Amino acid sequence: MTSTTRARRAGAPRLAGLGFLAPFAIVFALVFLAPIAYALFLSLFADRLVGGVQFVGLENFGSILSDPRFWSGVGNVALFLLVQVPIMLFLSLLVALAIDSGRVHGAAFVRLSIFLPYAVPAVVATLMWGFMYGDRFGLVRGFNELLGTSVSSPLAPDTVLAAIGNIVTWQFVGYNMLIFFAALRTVPASLYEAAEIDGAGELRVVTAIKLPAIRGALVIATIFSIIGSFQLFNEPSILRNLAPNAITSYFTPNLWAYELSFSGQQQGLAAAVAILMGILTAVIAYLVQLRGMRREQR
Amino acid sequence: MSAPVIVPGVTGRRPSSLRPTSERARRRRPAGMRHRRRSVPLTILMGVAVVYTLLPLVWLLINATKTQADLFSTFGLWFGGEFALFDNIGRVLAYGDGIFGRWLLNTLLYVVVGAGGATLLATLGGYAIAKFRFRGRSAAIAVVLGAVAIPGTALAVPTFLMFARIGITDTPLAVILPSLISPFGLYLMWVFASESIPDELIEAARVDGASELRIFASVCMPLLGPGIVTVLLFTTVATWNNYFLPLIMLRNPDWYPLTIGLNSWNNQATTAGGDAIFDLVITGSLLAIIPLIALFLLLQRFWQSGLAAGSVKE
Repeated sequence: MTSTTRARRAGAPRLAGLGFLAPFAIVFALVFLAPIAYALFLSLFADRLVGGVQFVGLENFGSILSDPRFWSGVGNVALFLLVQVPIMLFLSLLVALAIDSGRVHGAAFVRLSIFLPYAVPAVVATLMWGFMYGDRFGLVRGFNELLGTSVSSPLAPDTVLAAIGNIVTWQFVGYNMLIFFAALRTVPASLYEAAEIDGAGELRVVTAIKLPAIRGALVIATIFSIIGSFQLFNEPSILRNLAPNAITSYFTPNLWAYELSFSGQQQGLAAAVAILMGILTAVIAYLVQLRGMRREQR
Repeated sequence: MSAPVIVPGVTGRRPSSLRPTSERARRRRPAGMRHRRRSVPLTILMGVAVVYTLLPLVWLLINATKTQADLFSTFGLWFGGEFALFDNIGRVLAYGDGIFGRWLLNTLLYVVVGAGGATLLATLGGYAIAKFRFRGRSAAIAVVLGAVAIPGTALAVPTFLMFARIGITDTPLAVILPSLISPFGLYLMWVFASESIPDELIEAARVDGASELRIFASVCMPLLGPGIVTVLLFTTVATWNNYFLPLIMLRNPDWYPLTIGLNSWNNQATTAGGDAIFDLVITGSLLAIIPLIALFLLLQRFWQSGLAAGSVKE
């Protein structure tokens, strides 16, 4: 009797566990795995004027990789990654450390205000900044009139990437700050007490205790920011209407994939761009993770 | 927002080995503050940061009170000659046969079904991974952790191509289905369920002869409350703010969410013969962000502790 009950008890949860996971797993397969598989499949075909849809092997990848438009888009997001991500993460870290130090008046208000843009949709954020950048009724025009200057709108081809960088920084500086801040709160007080006894200064506490303690959060934030940069789409897509001359249809790889799948009807090429960017993102995120972890072990 | 409410939420989701540590960390705050003098330069620096983050929102608020003529002729950071906020709101709601209201309802539909469904699936799945041992569990964990790093934008084009083949683009389903999956939500619920539901509680309920579904619904769900609210908040933001997915999936303006609708109003100005309605775009934007900002202000303690849970991932 006892043995059968035990067997039943051990067996029932096994099935129940699968049952609880099943709804997620089924939808996941439908909207995560299937599209990836379908994109892989599509990337091997091309729609030709003569002959219709044909199997072309890796030809789509070849033509994407030899297309300067692809590399121009990759160049833009790479530049964005190298400039915007460090600035944003540095600012986030600075604010998190300042609030955590307990030396800021109104720290709770600061934390809340800086996080607030996270709740603003990318569309609204981009429209707001886009209008403010504008020299028609934006702040740039307003200040030019006020000060008699002739500063040009940041929505010019040379500066539009920086303008986008500012919008993205504005949206996510608070989110990253909160991740760092939350990690800082888990540092045990005994470490600070020990540092105080040793007579360590504030800066020394930051470099010797706080930064190592939140390395994991730093790595995660960096990885998510890298992914966000490579997948840049919303801001340039929305700004295109305010700055049609500054943002090309291949300004970022995602923008180009969108263009290819709609205006161009070249699904095979669009799928190939999505796959290439996915691979590139995964490789770089993996390298960062590897590097972050290796440091941790040292 | 009293402190005692926060405590179980925050400590409940820490791995148990860390729990004493985090409690000590919490206690350090008041102790640390006693001998810490507030720094004026640091406060000014943070003030600059606050001005930077609030400036666009203030700009939006001010300019939502202007007529289109004033928008073009008066300084952006001060009010125009006429206070037209209520007039603007009325016109936003009336424009195009009240399509703004329709977009708001669409957004609500996508949020309730999409974000609500995502939270439900994440809660069930997180509970399964946390509290059951079954074949394929470790595979499921590996897949989910990998998927956390895949952003929706990367999948949008492939998903669109697939949905176009099945023929469900331009329907609400095309927006809702992909919103139902939140790997990060599942991850949060997994961590949360591991820490806040004692195994003994489930065992005891089983001995009493309760069915697994009943154990989940009446024993475990109440304990998962704070985690569920956190995940709901984040999936709500993701769905409310969604742009790429509905942009790619929807053609018929009747199914647009607010984000796509506002963008289409903005684009009107650049299309030939289009009606430039910047005043409505600005006031509409203001109306679109108020619900989420209000939600965040009301539910502060949930998202603040929820993010804390996500950051102790190692």
